[in-house]
Amino acid sequence: MLDQKAYEILQIIEANGRLESSKIAKMVDLTSEEVDQYVKELEDKNVILSYSAVVDWTKLPAKETVTATIDVKVAPKRGVGFDEVAERIYRFPEVKALYLMSGAYDLSVVIEGKTMQETARFVSERLSTIDSVLSTTTHFQLKTYKHDGVIFKEPESDKRIVVSP
Amino acid sequence: MEKVAMTSYSRLSDRVSEIKPSGIRRFFDLASQMENVISLGVGEPDFVTPWNIREESIFSLERGYTAYSANAGLIELREAISHYMETRFAVSYNPDTEILVTVGASEAIDLGMRAILNEGDEVIIVEPTFVSYAPLVTMAGGVPVPVGTSAETNFEVRPADIEAAVTDKTKAIMICYPNNPTGSSISKKCLEDIAAIVRKHNLFVFSDEIYAELAYDKEHVCFATLPGMKEQTIVINGFSKAFAMTGWRVGFALAPPDLLGAMLKIHQYSLMCAPTMAQYGALEALQHGMDDVERMKLSYQQRRNFFVKTAKEIGLPCHHPDGALYAFPSIAHTGFTSEEFAEALLKEERVAVVPGSVFGEGGEGHIRCSYATSLTHLEEALERIGRFLRRLELR
Ligand SMILES: Cc1ncc(COP(=O)(O)O)c(C=O)c1O
Repeated sequence: MLDQKAYEILQIIEANGRLESSKIAKMVDLTSEEVDQYVKELEDKNVILSYSAVVDWTKLPAKETVTATIDVKVAPKRGVGFDEVAERIYRFPEVKALYLMSGAYDLSVVIEGKTMQETARFVSERLSTIDSVLSTTTHFQLKTYKHDGVIFKEPESDKRIVVSP
Repeated sequence: MEKVAMTSYSRLSDRVSEIKPSGIRRFFDLASQMENVISLGVGEPDFVTPWNIREESIFSLERGYTAYSANAGLIELREAISHYMETRFAVSYNPDTEILVTVGASEAIDLGMRAILNEGDEVIIVEPTFVSYAPLVTMAGGVPVPVGTSAETNFEVRPADIEAAVTDKTKAIMICYPNNPTGSSISKKCLEDIAAIVRKHNLFVFSDEIYAELAYDKEHVCFATLPGMKEQTIVINGFSKAFAMTGWRVGFALAPPDLLGAMLKIHQYSLMCAPTMAQYGALEALQHGMDDVERMKLSYQQRRNFFVKTAKEIGLPCHHPDGALYAFPSIAHTGFTSEEFAEALLKEERVAVVPGSVFGEGGEGHIRCSYATSLTHLEEALERIGRFLRRLELR
């Protein structure tokens, strides 16, 4: 059932994972049951992998985190290429994202730690000591402007006049 | 002062004095004094113009393109419009002689009226429709002749009603599809019947197709593609709605060379040209903006579906709008006039809608609701309207 309706439902859920099926149903002109069926199938087929919120943690007083992107050069292994080392890296819970890259380095690792020290320790003790890792370059993120397609700023008010032709 | 007292001397022109202030204006005044109003009264997209279009306009300023353009508009833009009409609506217009870039579709309508009307000429206006047509006819010296439509025919005009309104003074017919305020389109069959009337009585047609890109369920048919109609038609279009560019003030008119030449004459004396930086934005819109149009259109369509279904659930009968940004539900069962209904709804529940009566014949008994607002607002507005309707029943 990966048709146009599935596509529309996915777009709606991707933008707002909390919208009730009854509302989605009205928007895409299906019944709630049909939407539930679509969603179940999309979950079963691992098209929908998980539901999450994009959170601006800096708005909360206590919880501050540090995010870093680390460029990693590795020596690929015969037979398994980069996949084996990638798997060793992405299993660490600190690792939020991992990509194989073309260009100046091989893997891009995004990690999140509570403090700068914790993050630094992860790089020096966990990452760089992996056998095939040749070098690492760590970049700390200073500020989030946009993440996962969401722009981080105060909600804007509607600038249109209340009634117009 | 003395002059005023002694004679019936008027400071204003009779033509302007004759025109009633817009009913929309009155609702704007009411609503804008209140706080916490959810507005379904806006006749424009709720998207900001896509960034690449804004970027291109900024870039044109950086490069110093700040001079007048050609009167008819930037030639690149006219060529792009020609290409767009050809690929989207299968009709070809010559950029040199048949395309005029205007200050919004609004100016295009004004120019068209002034170009063809003589004192007393009649223009048949299919209503309910956009509030500007009749005043623009009057200001051009013409006489607007309304032909009403109703929810029973999904607000599609009955060609026989047009025919019945034709007199020897009739010069043109004004149509708009998808329509503001009803959202209704006109079927190909009905357009063909209108074309037959045009041929029989040798009339002109103003075809306002500014919502053509926002036709959800059916392919839009450009009136000028019907046999023999290109010579008789002024097609009006623009960037306001499809590309979310209302504040840019760019539109265009497409017409046979004799009509277009006359319109250009007026345009070059009254406005010179559309703003140059806005024209560069419009050019970018046509060249790289169609994906954004698709994205926005899908979002409007989903909200249309949501609005119409929920409206029916709360006891607000609503026909099926084919396009544009509006639904035109009926409030006749409440016993209120549309003005009374809109005013009470605004005061009691703080939801702004536009009374159908301001859009002309056939509009009474309805309210215009624009669904170009966030889903959260739509939901809340419909909940408030539902509460309002239930309270009316108890009275
Ligand atoms: C049917 C119709 N025509 C024309 C216009 C005016 O468009 P523009 O902003 O291009 O002047 C509108 C705007 O509401 C409209 O609804």
